[in-house]
Amino acid sequence: MDEHRSEVLGFLRAMVGSDEAEDCFQETFLSALRAYPRAEAGNVRAWLFTIARRKAIDHHRADARRPTPAGEPEAVADGLISSGGRDLDGEVWAHVAGLPNKQRAAIALRFVADLRYREIGSALDCSEAAARRSVHDGLRNLRGAVVQPTGRGPR
Amino acid sequence: MRNGPSDSDLEGALRVRVDDEAAERAAERTAARALDEGLADVAYATVDSPIGRLLVASTERGLVRVSFHTEQHEDVLNELVVRISPRVLEAPARLDEVRRELEEYFDGRRKRFELALDWQLSRGFRAEVLRKLYENVPYGETASYAEMAADAGRPRAYRAAGSAMGSNPMPVVVPCHRVLATGGGLGGYGGGLDMKRFLLRLEGVLAE
Repeated sequence: MDEHRSEVLGFLRAMVGSDEAEDCFQETFLSALRAYPRAEAGNVRAWLFTIARRKAIDHHRADARRPTPAGEPEAVADGLISSGGRDLDGEVWAHVAGLPNKQRAAIALRFVADLRYREIGSALDCSEAAARRSVHDGLRNLRGAVVQPTGRGPR
Repeated sequence: MRNGPSDSDLEGALRVRVDDEAAERAAERTAARALDEGLADVAYATVDSPIGRLLVASTERGLVRVSFHTEQHEDVLNELVVRISPRVLEAPARLDEVRRELEEYFDGRRKRFELALDWQLSRGFRAEVLRKLYENVPYGETASYAEMAADAGRPRAYRAAGSAMGSNPMPVVVPCHRVLATGGGLGGYGGGLDMKRFLLRLEGVLAE
């Protein structure tokens, strides 16, 4: 499981922001360890992300119950290192945070955790085709959002 | 009308990762909690030494494995998963005492290890030979494969005694480097003969 820790932490930062990601990370691995001897883990990686996704959802639910809404979008890209795009990063990630939850998760699983569509499907509890669609829809929404009149989009 | 970012720009911006150190720190804190909750069966850490980086692992009962850099650490961890438990965690704090005694040994300040040992990776005659070695061949002394076989109650089984040395799950601590060929030749060593020479020099058996 150790070998997946960077990807899991990256995924969680993309889902709940970097301040909250560590709690979710600990919960994810502790749950996995509790279940491990009994869990029928065909694909350990996909299974870990299934747990991580659930922890992120639990976190959002707990967050929604709290009286003051926790700070969100801008913090999302903090602690994530770009491996390709340059100054676009912060802006794109702020928009990722605004996507419907399933698309946000699909995008994070695809690009941050580098999962295959089949694994994304099992983490999101849907078919491979549906996973592919979620990534696709997410990308389309982002393309639209990034050029919205924030004055910061590319010409 | 403005154009959106190209697909490759967008995907490039989305391909981000966390730095490994942050993940390592998070994993360490998680490991501490897991150990507190009794969720891990094997804790491991790496220790730098003059003979290269060692991987050390322990269970609740004590030290269970020491391996040299000549063995792939990945393979050793897999062995622990298969032979002991899948709940193997990197937890350096759990190995502090092991690390301290090893450092003292390599500094020449420790002649005898006082660690609790978990022998579960050795079975039968091999385990018998290795325990005798641990108990009866002190720092700075040597024995032959034949003597080890005799000590374990089977004087003619010197070949089996040799293979017991080769199977030693805790080299350095269980001192198979002190076992030499009957004629006084070095015999073999899992980590390579240079390592064996180094350890024998450290203990004053071989001249500097």
